[in-house]
Amino acid sequence: MAPPEGIGGGAEVRLHELTKTYGAVVAVRDVSLTIASGSFFTLLGPSGSGKTTTLMMVAGFAYPTRGEVFVDGKPMAALPPQKRDLGMVFQSYAVFPHLTVFDNVAFPLQIRKTSRLEILHRVGAALELVRLTGYEQRLPRQLSGGEQQRVALARALVFRPRVLLMDEPLGALDKKLRTHMQLELKHIQQHLHVTVIYVTHDQEEALTMSDCVAVMQGGGIEQVGPPAELYDRPASRFVADFLGESNFLDAVAVSASDEGHWRCRAAGGLEFYGVGAVPLEAGQPITAAVRPEKLVQAEDAGAAALGPGANTCKGLVEEAIYVGDATHYRVGLGADGTVIIKVPNRVGARPPATGAAVVLAWSPEDTRLFPRVAA
Amino acid sequence: MEGRETRRHLLLLLPALLLLALLFAYPLLGIVNRSIYKAGYTLQFYRQIFRVPVYLQVLAGTFKVSAVVTLVCLVLGYPLAYVLATRRPRTAQLLMIIVVLPFFTSIIVRTYAWMVLLGRNGIVNQYLMALGFTDKPLPLLYNQAGVVIGMSYVLLPYMVLTVYSVMRGIDRGLVRAAHSLGASRMQAFRRVFLPLSLPGIAGGTLLVFILSLGFFITPALMGGPGDMMIAMLIEREVEITLNWSFASALAVVLLALTLIGFAGYNRIVRLERIFEGRG
Repeated sequence: MAPPEGIGGGAEVRLHELTKTYGAVVAVRDVSLTIASGSFFTLLGPSGSGKTTTLMMVAGFAYPTRGEVFVDGKPMAALPPQKRDLGMVFQSYAVFPHLTVFDNVAFPLQIRKTSRLEILHRVGAALELVRLTGYEQRLPRQLSGGEQQRVALARALVFRPRVLLMDEPLGALDKKLRTHMQLELKHIQQHLHVTVIYVTHDQEEALTMSDCVAVMQGGGIEQVGPPAELYDRPASRFVADFLGESNFLDAVAVSASDEGHWRCRAAGGLEFYGVGAVPLEAGQPITAAVRPEKLVQAEDAGAAALGPGANTCKGLVEEAIYVGDATHYRVGLGADGTVIIKVPNRVGARPPATGAAVVLAWSPEDTRLFPRVAA
Repeated sequence: MEGRETRRHLLLLLPALLLLALLFAYPLLGIVNRSIYKAGYTLQFYRQIFRVPVYLQVLAGTFKVSAVVTLVCLVLGYPLAYVLATRRPRTAQLLMIIVVLPFFTSIIVRTYAWMVLLGRNGIVNQYLMALGFTDKPLPLLYNQAGVVIGMSYVLLPYMVLTVYSVMRGIDRGLVRAAHSLGASRMQAFRRVFLPLSLPGIAGGTLLVFILSLGFFITPALMGGPGDMMIAMLIEREVEITLNWSFASALAVVLLALTLIGFAGYNRIVRLERIFEGRG
């Protein structure tokens, strides 16, 4: 299926102070976002974070208490879902069980009174796009979960919507198939230049597919940005924890250095440098976050690349967890706490034994400092 | 593996099968036997049914009234079931209690209640006249209208419950999906919800129709002399004329016609598809 003719690519979607309350419960709070035309945008968050409610307000299935949704500058709130011309793929597939694959995909075209010849042509193209050619006359119950989801996708794309909304569409699939579908979805999106708003609680999925991710928590947005930025420079402890894994060390910010780093001291006396995610003050209690793969052993080749300014500390290997392509070590830092480090199982790797003393090194740039909130 | 599964299923079915054999199949054979035996085997009772026009008229009338009652129940019951299936659980529960409430009262009491309501000076006629719809009382009792009203009232819950149970199983996400694909409320209903509720319509109409065929109390109390239904005829043969063999023959004909109807219906709506898991 070729990209839509005429107007090139997807629409720009803008959410303005979108708020949804159910009685006293605030499901979505002041969400303002601009989703670039033709981009793959993901709303990521745990259940109850408001991501699905936000999507439903874009789709028109939930009515915002306050705020507005603009598609290419056009306000949407007054329009019912069927007038918004947005494609939608549901977690439950929602493939019509009484219709064949062909009739399922033809459904939006028949509603739009498209000519029979055109329907035949476009359904064929849509099924080819999701690689279901030859399945036209099957009924949904004769299809696997992955195939049903492809039907749902073809059906949501066949009328050439400029925005495609997806609500955890891969949630019900097994891991292998999910990984495969992620790439396929991404390719289809790039091919059609359609704007995708994707909802998921799976951070790996969000990182793999998205051009831009908004991390949501408690109805609000924690951070918006490209996957690498979110992963490397999380703006809050929540993002550092939810997106990927992080080691957290409680410490106190002692003083600011010339390079814009903060000198910090942990409970056990360990001193290290880090970057404040927000402006900090001297003496402020902080939590430092370091990704497990950014911690390297001082004798490793990687440590040399860190240069002279690197943080170092001594520790004891308490436990080794073998995960196949890598081994995770739990390293005790005495009174300063414990950290997990990830060591790839490369050729020639010399894994430390349990109980061995190790020296760890990591960059101040990879040390994010968040103000500590009293628990 | 499969054989063991089948055997276990048979074992589970055994009590019900025994009960049916003892209380249903055996007496039924007795009735069939009696219908062709009276001091020697004979087909005279069947000849009588097909030779005397009044019996065939009663049969035809029974089927006609049953069809009308089924239609009335469908027209009234489908929207009611739809409301039940689409309201919030709490509201639906309350409405459901109202729907099944009549089952708590004896059918005779309810029929008499209708007779009070529908009589010449009943509440219904009083209101119709007070509101100026009619000058003189409408004949609502002791005729076919009375029979249809009474039977529809009694059988409506069967239709509602059958249709409702199917509607409850319809994934509301499918209607949402239809909207997201551009379908208006009417289009989503006609193209998605209605076809998916067809098994309920098929099951409900079949149930109401078959129950109607054997109805006795309501037509006996609310019908006129010309509204005799087959069950009343059978009762009269058993109780008054004591012609049990003829009554048996009538019962067998009714059963045969019902089965033929069922088979024809089955061909049209494919009942096995209804009982097969949807989705």
